[in-house]
Amino acid sequence: MKIELLAFGKIAEIVGGKQDWQDAPDTNTLQKALEKKYPDLKELHYRIAVNKSIVDGNTPFPENAVVALMPPFSGG
Amino acid sequence: METNYQRYDRQLILKNFGEVAQKKLASARVLVIGAGGLGCPCLLYLGAAGVGTIGIADDDVIQLNNLQRQILYETADVGKPKCETSAARLKKTNPDIRIIEHPARIDTGNALGIIDSYDVVVDGTDNFQTRYLVNDACVLLGKPYVYGAVSGYEGQAGVFNFPAHPSAVNYRDLFPEPPKPGEVADCSEGGVLGVLPGIIGTMQAAEVIKIITGIGEVLTGKILSYSFLTNTFYEASISPSQKSHSSMPKKKAAFLTTDYPAICGLTATDVKEIDIDTLIKLYGNEGTALIDVREYGELPEVTSLVHQKIPMSGLEKKLSDISADDVVFICQHGIRSLHAGELLLQAAPAKRVYSLKGGLVKWLQELEQLMQHEIIST
Repeated sequence: MKIELLAFGKIAEIVGGKQDWQDAPDTNTLQKALEKKYPDLKELHYRIAVNKSIVDGNTPFPENAVVALMPPFSGG
Repeated sequence: METNYQRYDRQLILKNFGEVAQKKLASARVLVIGAGGLGCPCLLYLGAAGVGTIGIADDDVIQLNNLQRQILYETADVGKPKCETSAARLKKTNPDIRIIEHPARIDTGNALGIIDSYDVVVDGTDNFQTRYLVNDACVLLGKPYVYGAVSGYEGQAGVFNFPAHPSAVNYRDLFPEPPKPGEVADCSEGGVLGVLPGIIGTMQAAEVIKIITGIGEVLTGKILSYSFLTNTFYEASISPSQKSHSSMPKKKAAFLTTDYPAICGLTATDVKEIDIDTLIKLYGNEGTALIDVREYGELPEVTSLVHQKIPMSGLEKKLSDISADDVVFICQHGIRSLHAGELLLQAAPAKRVYSLKGGLVKWLQELEQLMQHEIIST
């Protein structure tokens, strides 16, 4: 199972830019793997979008899904 | 009011716009909260396009470091109030429109009264507590909430609570709870290129025009993310969430008693928030350190009190240099100073730490008067 991972704002500073990610069948597995690799991520608020829809709860990924990690912004 | 055919000629001849849309703009009332990096371009375009009544809510004064992005202001305006200055500038651009000044910080006490008389609300603020407050007020009053925010080289925009309906998506459906203080850098800490809020603020103006005139598609039910560095837009749809519903005040009475600084983690139990009289008393005690955590160049300057300057952006590295046992932090609005107090207490829990509630914007005049009196009476 391969997905394309996008990250924004501070999340991108931690996990890097656009990348492929292997062996993640759903959002929970991905989050666990990401937080293990990047412990700083645990402290941050962000939402996960799968194929351009923000998802709630554990969500399975379709093949070649584009998964985005979106943090809140406050600057103005 | 008669349409000014010459002034609006280029949009009057535009297909699907014309006089019908122009009249809708002329009778619309739009409130822009925050006349800063997002608010300035948004206000300029809304005023130029002929939005009939524009409210401007801002209690800040213009600083030199605002000018690289807050394009309504000139160098000679530094030190002047943003509300009054932006209103005068808009009037020059378009004398046909009516500007209403709200030179106040939006809080639970004034939000419902101010917002209720407008059709659309634009969020040009720079902090989470006001963003959540404005979102919740818009949901309660059934007003479209045009959101925009920036961070580093990226921006977000979206229209919430539109069309106004209990099931319409609001900002809390995206982020039910605010992040912790310090988790997301604002422009004063993380920096920003002026053109980025220029782009996002202009997109907010575009959404307002679409909401009012009914042309095109409004950016509703989704969040749009823009990257300055890669010229990419990313859009994600948002669904109503139960968590959002349970986290927000459902009635006006509940809104009025919601402590927005506290839900943003800004009311620390151990940092004491003080007024100006307490500050002066503490200042008189030997061994109390007074620390201004605003960035260099932020106005108004504090001239009447001996103090240290440790900008928030470098505070964490300098916490160990603070030797005093009693420490009073000050900043513009009392938000950063509270966060500074929390950071110091985490590093040195035995200290007595204070934050000037409401900040210098609220107290400076009184402070200068008090110090004048002190000098005369001693």
